[in-house]
Amino acid sequence: MLKVRVIPCLDVKDGRVVKGVKFVDLRDAGDPVEAAKAYDAAGADELCFLDITASVEARSTLIDVVSRTAEQCFMPLTVGGGVRTVEDIRALLNAGADKVSINTAAVNRRDFVREAAEKFGEQCIVVAIDAKKVSSDGEPDRWEIFTHGGRNRTGIDAVDYAREVVALGAGEILLTSMDRDGTGEGFDLALTRAISDAVSVPVIASGGVGTLDHLVDGIREGGASAVLAASIFHFGTFTIGAAKQRLAQAGLPVRATET
Amino acid sequence: MIPPAPVVLIDYGSGNLHSAGKALERAARDGGSNKTVLVTADPEVVRRADRIVLPGVGAYADCRRGLDAVPGMVEALTEAVLEKGRPFLGICVGLQLMASRGHEHGVTQGLGWIEGDVVKITPSDPALKIPHMGWNSLDPARAHPILDGIPTGPDGLDAYFVHSYHLAAARPQDVIATSDYAGKITAVVGRDNIAGTQFHPEKSQRLGLALLANFLKWAP
Repeated sequence: MLKVRVIPCLDVKDGRVVKGVKFVDLRDAGDPVEAAKAYDAAGADELCFLDITASVEARSTLIDVVSRTAEQCFMPLTVGGGVRTVEDIRALLNAGADKVSINTAAVNRRDFVREAAEKFGEQCIVVAIDAKKVSSDGEPDRWEIFTHGGRNRTGIDAVDYAREVVALGAGEILLTSMDRDGTGEGFDLALTRAISDAVSVPVIASGGVGTLDHLVDGIREGGASAVLAASIFHFGTFTIGAAKQRLAQAGLPVRATET
Repeated sequence: MIPPAPVVLIDYGSGNLHSAGKALERAARDGGSNKTVLVTADPEVVRRADRIVLPGVGAYADCRRGLDAVPGMVEALTEAVLEKGRPFLGICVGLQLMASRGHEHGVTQGLGWIEGDVVKITPSDPALKIPHMGWNSLDPARAHPILDGIPTGPDGLDAYFVHSYHLAAARPQDVIATSDYAGKITAVVGRDNIAGTQFHPEKSQRLGLALLANFLKWAP
């Protein structure tokens, strides 16, 4: 039986982890490779690196991080942030990434998704959707795509956009609620459900996890195939093992944590 | 002393060579093997290989084109694997290329080593997502040296899959293990000295490293 996935996400800037990572026995908490090894040992089902570096030069730093991680962690790795060209994707995949997440570049030019999927296969093209609710209370729910960390409203309907990128070849959707991100109030379940029902590919729910029950809700009520979180794991609030235990208690299939 | 013939990982412009290479090196080290791993696009190196791994990521037709684009590679593979009987492991599309045909974006001829067609996964529950992506357990159909000592079944270790197509084998005896996704998905195939995994051993943590170590020891 296919298991639901628990995915910790590491924000990486200039080759260093930005948000704190608190684990025992971590020699260098700022080294993404060290953090990746700790999550590997803890039984994470996938890892996600999000590069928030602005400069082009730092790109080679990220490639090095991915390459060193793939040498030591034999687990699936998704890398996103600033992916704009087919060459960006090729470099990340060659370094050992399994999937590459495209965000703004797909909003700006949808055909990029088609080109990437044709070149590398749909299974490795993840489209990241940052969505915010734009409908008022009493109106039917409506979400729009936002870029630049939620600052730029695009006018694009999130559900329509999800359908469109999947038709173009996206093999997975990484869905982040900009309303919930960083709040600890839980996923936007209506958004997660709307996108999950609209597309045939797996949806990763992201943004807002504060408790382990939120993870259960994301799968059960949101219809997501996987749940992504950063802070609750990085700051040691919960372990990957505890997250899986909670999901299992709720009757969801999880992969046993390897120790 | 002549160094032992290397394990070769075929570079034909497709596949996660870095991860697969590092995982094979780790499996060799953990298994106490002195085997070296060589990534190559040279058919002569393939002819001299101790054993061969064919990775593959992407669309079937693209991968087949990539393999054909390396002059002499298909001939060298056929010679080493079918005539000399070198142990062979195909990973993901590398497994699928062993089939008679692939049906992704039109019909493409495969290598024809395992009789059958590579077809789209169609779970009996239409709500299930495609690609089949994530960790799934293995249900062995029969014993095979590459699964030796690996806990399988519902309480065993899981393997990491990411694919939309699978090999529908014509001969049931070629299927070594399946996975359940509202229907059976071919997970491991093999006959004689050739084997293949639809999942990614190089990404399947403990199960994957154990399987690769078994492959390195395999003496069919």
